[in-house]
Amino acid sequence: MIDWGAIFSNAAVELISPTTAAYALAALGLAIHFGYTGLLNFGQAGFMALGAYGFAISTLSFGFPVWGAVLVGIGASVIFALVLGIPTLRLRADYLAIVTIAAAEIVRLLFTTNTFQALTGSANGLSGYKGGFSDLNPIPEGRYGFGPFEYNEYDWWLRIVAWSIVVLACLFTWQIMRSPWGRVIKGIREDEDAVRALGKNVYSYKMQSLILGGAFGTIAGMIFVLPRAVVPSNYQTSLTFFIYAILLLGGASTILGPVIGSMVFWVLLSFFSGFIARAVEAGWIPFITSIQAGQLRFILVGVAIMLIVIFRPQGIFGNKKELAFVK
Amino acid sequence: MLVILLGLLFAALTMSTFATLSASPAHADEVGTDLYDFVLSGNVQFDQKPLDGVLITVKGGGYEASVKTGVDGKWKVGVPEKGTFIVSLDEDTLPQGVIVAKGGSTTEAEFGLTKVKAVNFFLGEGVRTTVSFFDQFVNRFVNGLNFGLLLALAAIGLSLIFGTTGLSNFAHAEMITFGALMTLLFSVTLGVPIWLAIIVAIVLSAGLGWSLDAVIWKPLRRKGVGLIPLMIVSIGLSLALRYLFQLFVGGGTSQLPGSGLADMKLGPIRLSVIDLASMGISIVVLLAVSYFLLRTRIGKATRAVSDNPSLASASGIDVDGVIRIVWVLGGALAGLSGILWAYFRPGVSWDMGFQILLLVFAAVTLGGLGTAFGALIGSIIVGLFVELSTLWLPSDLKYVGALVVLILVLLLRPQGILGRKERIG
Repeated sequence: MIDWGAIFSNAAVELISPTTAAYALAALGLAIHFGYTGLLNFGQAGFMALGAYGFAISTLSFGFPVWGAVLVGIGASVIFALVLGIPTLRLRADYLAIVTIAAAEIVRLLFTTNTFQALTGSANGLSGYKGGFSDLNPIPEGRYGFGPFEYNEYDWWLRIVAWSIVVLACLFTWQIMRSPWGRVIKGIREDEDAVRALGKNVYSYKMQSLILGGAFGTIAGMIFVLPRAVVPSNYQTSLTFFIYAILLLGGASTILGPVIGSMVFWVLLSFFSGFIARAVEAGWIPFITSIQAGQLRFILVGVAIMLIVIFRPQGIFGNKKELAFVK
Repeated sequence: MLVILLGLLFAALTMSTFATLSASPAHADEVGTDLYDFVLSGNVQFDQKPLDGVLITVKGGGYEASVKTGVDGKWKVGVPEKGTFIVSLDEDTLPQGVIVAKGGSTTEAEFGLTKVKAVNFFLGEGVRTTVSFFDQFVNRFVNGLNFGLLLALAAIGLSLIFGTTGLSNFAHAEMITFGALMTLLFSVTLGVPIWLAIIVAIVLSAGLGWSLDAVIWKPLRRKGVGLIPLMIVSIGLSLALRYLFQLFVGGGTSQLPGSGLADMKLGPIRLSVIDLASMGISIVVLLAVSYFLLRTRIGKATRAVSDNPSLASASGIDVDGVIRIVWVLGGALAGLSGILWAYFRPGVSWDMGFQILLLVFAAVTLGGLGTAFGALIGSIIVGLFVELSTLWLPSDLKYVGALVVLILVLLLRPQGILGRKERIG
């Protein structure tokens, strides 16, 4: 018989999990790129990898304090954004897509290669960098919470920090998109030439947007690795595609879209995989094994991306007038 | 800022040469053992004494890892699946006067019933015959040409589709995989002779191209969906199809018949019959496609649609018909490319097309988006670059070089080698 309680509580846990927060923040960065500016960044996985490795390497190999390690990660992502932006921001949108996806793969391959094993741990990745972060924890030891949401002090500290950052990032994005800067950015999405005719330096605004959204992705990468280890295979292009699915689900040019999108995505995904896995165990679906059940979620995400883009391109919260797909 | 990227590459380069020269670098005698369940292991000894710092490389099914033996002469490599792997020992890292005496420095390891497989090399005294740099270069060059030609098959299809519809088709990767999977299905599972299996697979791939256009892309064109949403739809399709393949064939790697044929030596060049056939087929097919594009009526119509769809339509060309033909052709070419890629890797797996998708995109962009012959030139450059870069770069970084070149070309000549300037920006 199927244990519905376990399926529902496993799904509910995803609502406030740090992974959900990390995806929400990465999707918010992508909303700045894609939803507000119209930049097709397919390298968000690369920004996240730089955050994760920047944080872990500077802590492990160079003994940086937490704030220093965070700054290293953000610095790396700013440089990465400049490397990506300089050749491509003047070109048509699909060039940026191909270059960002290639650059993210370059980053992943450089972190995976055996050549830098001393620093990056090669395919094994890195772990043991969480000391500094957990030392900052003001919560006394113990277990807190109720029902499925019962965690120890580190897990609560992590959740509080992660979601505080997400809230702050949302407020910041909301304010900045209402400012004159945000109006120019949205103007670029609607009609680049019109903005250029007003005497604005479109190239520079696009670059600023790329750096800002990339920095969000980088911080998301750090949040992503705090509950787990840094493993290079996590940063494949499918990570970017997942974030796109979240963004499109919530609505590309909205503030709350990425956050709610991430919650809906992870709760549904967890519910779906939990249900399939248990249904297979219970013999309800005789023709697939439990390994195959794990792959169904990817098929589902792929189909979901297609259906959202075709039938509800503005997402859950989006306004059809503010579509990122103008061209 | 590209300087930094290049700097990293340069660092990789120097570190790799440094690692082979220096006597006692920090060893990691275990790679990937906590990541994967299946382990290849061995013990490198000469004259009862363990040898440390000997470089072992494990390769197979698209996975690649290298490890150095520890002070006790032992090494372990975790591998993702219970398949067949090619294990090679780098003779340059053996002490002076020691060589692999029997069986060669490269051996094939296949798992038995257990999760651990021991791989041993028989060392002996002797002077090693080194392959000269020139010979290595020629060898790599021919390999690169082979790889470039098979990339070109996929790239031309992708480029034609882009040219006629404006779609950057990420699902092209799955069209590549489909060809190889169908060949596997017919030749190995159903026991059809390989030549027939290949023909059936190509026909089915063409059918896949036809049905993708009929079921997904044509209705979306009718609906007036923009190019960027179309591209995202293709990404979703790619993800869904890829894991659908995995659902059916699993995560392992299987070999097509004849993929293990021995290499022949032609002077410095080592090639198998399959490699020669692969190059021959690629060249013939590419010539045929060129003839089609340059000399036939439909080919000319294709180029006209690629140039300017509205004008072509006004001149009485059936644009939708041409696009359908392009999809069928693109599907067939991608399928053939997948079969050749299965022999080149070697092995058929669910994500094999996705592994080269970026290289195909790099080739198309290099040559100039939407230009069929640009894609051919771009592919050969990418193929040569990937193979030749292994002369200097560690082999797990070989795709990095090609991708860096892509970014550099966009910086210097954004329209690509054969592209026209007004197409972009």
